[in-house]
Amino acid sequence: MSVTLDIRLKRANKVYHEGPIQLISSNIEVAKAGKIPGGKTEIPFEFPLQTKGNKVLYETYHGVFVNIQYTLRCDMKRSLLAKDLSRNCEFIVHCQPQKAKVAPTPVNFTITPDTLQNIRERSALPKFLIRGHLDATNCVISQPLTGELVVENSDVPIKSIELQLVRVETCGCAEGYARDATEIQNIQIAEGDICHGLSIPIYMVFPRLFTCPTLETTNFKVEFEVNIVIVLHDDHLITENFPLKLCRV
Amino acid sequence: FYLERSRGRNYEAELQRCHPEVALVEFGDYHPLKPIMVTDTKTRRGARKGSTSSSSSSSSSVPPDPLSSMLDGTDPLSMFAAASASETPAMSHSRREKEEEAVGPDFEPWSSKRGEILARFTTTEKLSIVTAVVSVGKAPSPGSSAVSEKVRTRLEELDDLEEGSQRELLNLSQQDYANRIEELNQSLKEAWASDQKVKALKIVIQCSKLLSDTSVIQFYPSKFVLITDILDTFGRLVYDRIWTMCSDPRPLPDSFTVEDVNDTAKETCLNWFFKIASIRELLPRLYVEAAILKCNRFLNKSGIQETLPRLTAMIRGIGDPLVAAYARAYLCRVGMEVAPHLKDSLNRNFFDLLGTFRQISGESVRNQLVLQRVEVPEYLTLYSPAISWILQCIAYRAPEPLLTEMMERCKKLGNNALLLNSVMRAFRPEFVAIRATDFIGMIKDCDEAGFPKHLLFGSLGRSLACADPPESERLTILNEAWKVVTKVRSPQDYINCAEIWVEFTCRHFTKREVNTVLADIIKHMTPDRAFEDAYPQLQSVIRKILTYFHDFSVLFSMERFLPFLDMFQKDSVRVEVCRSIMEVFIKHQVELTRDPVILNAMLHICKTMHDSVNALTLEDEKRSLALLIIGFIRMVSFGRDFEQQLSFCVEARATFCNLEPVLVQLIHTVNQLAMETRRVMGGNHSRKTAAFVRACAAYSFITIPSLSSIFSRLSLYLLSGQVALANQCLSQADAFLKAAVSILPEVPRSISVEGKLRSSESFLLDFINNFLATLLVVPDHPEHGVLYLVRGLLNMVQDYTWEDNSDAKVRVYISALPLLAAMSQETYLYSIPKVDSNETLYGGDPKFLSEINKLCETLIGQILDHLKALGRDEVRTNADVQRFCFFFLMIRSVLQKVSRGSPCSPAPEHQSLVYKLGKNICASHIRFV
Repeated sequence: MSVTLDIRLKRANKVYHEGPIQLISSNIEVAKAGKIPGGKTEIPFEFPLQTKGNKVLYETYHGVFVNIQYTLRCDMKRSLLAKDLSRNCEFIVHCQPQKAKVAPTPVNFTITPDTLQNIRERSALPKFLIRGHLDATNCVISQPLTGELVVENSDVPIKSIELQLVRVETCGCAEGYARDATEIQNIQIAEGDICHGLSIPIYMVFPRLFTCPTLETTNFKVEFEVNIVIVLHDDHLITENFPLKLCRV
Repeated sequence: FYLERSRGRNYEAELQRCHPEVALVEFGDYHPLKPIMVTDTKTRRGARKGSTSSSSSSSSSVPPDPLSSMLDGTDPLSMFAAASASETPAMSHSRREKEEEAVGPDFEPWSSKRGEILARFTTTEKLSIVTAVVSVGKAPSPGSSAVSEKVRTRLEELDDLEEGSQRELLNLSQQDYANRIEELNQSLKEAWASDQKVKALKIVIQCSKLLSDTSVIQFYPSKFVLITDILDTFGRLVYDRIWTMCSDPRPLPDSFTVEDVNDTAKETCLNWFFKIASIRELLPRLYVEAAILKCNRFLNKSGIQETLPRLTAMIRGIGDPLVAAYARAYLCRVGMEVAPHLKDSLNRNFFDLLGTFRQISGESVRNQLVLQRVEVPEYLTLYSPAISWILQCIAYRAPEPLLTEMMERCKKLGNNALLLNSVMRAFRPEFVAIRATDFIGMIKDCDEAGFPKHLLFGSLGRSLACADPPESERLTILNEAWKVVTKVRSPQDYINCAEIWVEFTCRHFTKREVNTVLADIIKHMTPDRAFEDAYPQLQSVIRKILTYFHDFSVLFSMERFLPFLDMFQKDSVRVEVCRSIMEVFIKHQVELTRDPVILNAMLHICKTMHDSVNALTLEDEKRSLALLIIGFIRMVSFGRDFEQQLSFCVEARATFCNLEPVLVQLIHTVNQLAMETRRVMGGNHSRKTAAFVRACAAYSFITIPSLSSIFSRLSLYLLSGQVALANQCLSQADAFLKAAVSILPEVPRSISVEGKLRSSESFLLDFINNFLATLLVVPDHPEHGVLYLVRGLLNMVQDYTWEDNSDAKVRVYISALPLLAAMSQETYLYSIPKVDSNETLYGGDPKFLSEINKLCETLIGQILDHLKALGRDEVRTNADVQRFCFFFLMIRSVLQKVSRGSPCSPAPEHQSLVYKLGKNICASHIRFV
């Protein structure tokens, strides 16, 4: 007779909040030793996420260098003749939203050939003037990033304008630190030769899985940036970078 | 055996005796047709079911309805209705409110535009479609331990779709393309049904992406139609899915609120929105979110209200003005469907559209058009479905000031022609009509480049065709419009526009103006036989004229009307046009006419129809054409001018010789003419009228032989003979009847009746009986023998090859006996004024009577022979017995009638023979059956 063991969370997509506490390793007994009757047995369980030592309980996060993951493991010890059973299951932890209000920090920007850095031949650049603003750079993670952009003029027609959300992980280690930037979302906000002088909305929803509040610890950092990428018809690529600070309110 | 003379008859007295007695019904009497009176006797008769007296109605003149008597007052259905009306008044109130804000039936739905767009925007260019190879049921990546993992794979799949694994199908014809899109629609439904939601989403994204492709631009509107169908399907599927998720345990009411939605449903709904928000490309993100706009209802109250403006703003990011215009149209379409009360977004969309109008003449567009070799006017018309739709949404139940504002904005934009066109098409015709002069001004101020003015006038004309501008301005409007229309070079463009304006002209002006318009059309369409490509429009012109002009004398007095008809040179179209004219004529011409203008024109039209008949014409077609022509002939009357009428018939005969029903009608007309002459002359023909009626007879006499239907010929000969007789044309009558007799042998044994082959016997017998009845009054021809026609007829009957085993011949003989009996009377049963029948001719001459008797004898002999033959042959079947019995009774009654009261009773051996035969047969009948 085969016996299977399964952990099912009441709600798989439930987000468990907890304040900053130590990383966890706690054990509870969900069922006393004894005989479990044949068929399906469901055992309800519950335990608080208690911090351990002086460690901080961070939000669930899956990155390249940094992974913060919480798992449940259920072991079922059995008599000598039968194998013990074991099963793993991930659960997601979100920080308790901060009560503090985030003051919006609007940013205006103007992009012309002159404002650009990192160019080889400035004279080869076509003329253009792009203006706009972001409503805030310290953003609430559950709210979209918003703003506006106007192409006032451009000698070469625009091919596409995109918002590129970039995550930057920095890891401190003995040899210094490692830094890795990953594009986690790219949203096109304009396609083709858009009308000059007409404001175009900047709007991006933060993806739930790949973002977390900006995190800065002694060992590592997780930060976010948004790039406004303007592709001209002659495949010139103009990028304007804005660091973001994400938080949960 | 010998029969001396028939019984003398007193027809007058017999007639008196035959009148049925008239019995009056007293008020109180029973009569089956009188309504039932129910009187309550107040005495309960136990449990007698179904007795009306137990019902409580005291006295009614109407029989009680058993169904309604079961109930007290209200029937169950109306009781339910009453109950639900009183129940929850608050709810019904809110429903009513909702209906008010919803879109009414006066809003022309998208579905009715669909077909028109698909038909109008077509291409012969080759199309291409880029589709991803949708991988189905990708194996789950190993070690997927978490929810996030699953979601990640899904997102990766989405990325796959967006990045690689694509395949381009080239060289598709338009039909292939539509089929391919339909395939995608099907696979969307299948994916959804098999719970592959990610695949479904992929398909939808893929489809909406096709909308950013503007190669083969003239097909774009149709492409939009096809693809948004898929989006609509998707939107419905998602909405229904989430709706079902909340329908446990009981279905969600239509007017649900966010509170009624459970968490799982909300979460699922939110997931859809998150997924869509992460779509990389602008256009799919926009379209797919618009497609599931309605789902916002599950999440929060103000969702739709917030999303619409955001999506509207998002469209600004679309660089191609055509793509943007259609995206706006789609958003308005979804908005109208989901939240018709949110007018602001509609307006916003329109103003944004105006804001980006200059792009249409921009460099990017110009380059594209050069590349695709598309002319600017054609390009501009691609916009009209989208813009018209947006404007239609805005204009729907919009207050007048808003429309005025829109007009002002158009003016500000330098009277952009494309826009103006859409305004005229989308706004209420009444609105346009009262400002027609303004619009004309604006059209004049329009930039000539790009959008052709005749299209603008076309749109204006369309509005004016159903709504009236102020009376004082009408002529100016027509002049201004026509000034432009007449200058249109291309015949196709010209006729498209002219056709529209014909309606306005017909509606408000007289034949003079219409004539001018027709002349102009002829002038434009004749060179190079341009009319050949414009038959539908030209037909439409005729239709419109016929709608407004029912007076045919006015219609045909338009000089250019017939020349206009001459432009229909393709036979089928020509006949169709003639037919439509005739139909209107028959419907609306109530008075008989002799107007030479009408007659000439109508003859011309009818001749056209007639001349279209050839060997290949179907019977039905011939019949309907003949009916129309007959309808015309019946309307022609020259009053007292009978000669003219006759000569009209002569002309008509020559013209319509191929349609037999028409010839038949003409013969009837001429016969009627003769009878009318007789009536006018009071039965006394003058020398002139006598000659005229003889001419009429001659007309019939020479027309009848040209008919191919033998029975038509027979009956017309008889009828014309009767008419000739009535008009004292004895020799003509004689000729007719003789002709009828002479063609009797030609009657085939079977004829086709309504496509089926049937025996002609019964028809023939009917005819002969009718003929015999006429023969009573026909006087013998002085040069021929006694009863020359009767004998002739009987000889023909004898020689005719009747069907085997048929009794028809004997039946004719039996029918002839009463005729002979009637002929032997002193005074005939009926006679024709001014015509001496044989009674007078012979004055009861015994020679004449004995001739009759001889004839009777021969007939009876023949009949008895037949009976004998019947008796001698073994009677085998019941039918034989019946036949015999029938004849037996017939001959007996005939003999009785013929002989009773006559001075000489029939020979006894004669009678005994009959009885003997009867006995024999009856005996054999008993033996065999």
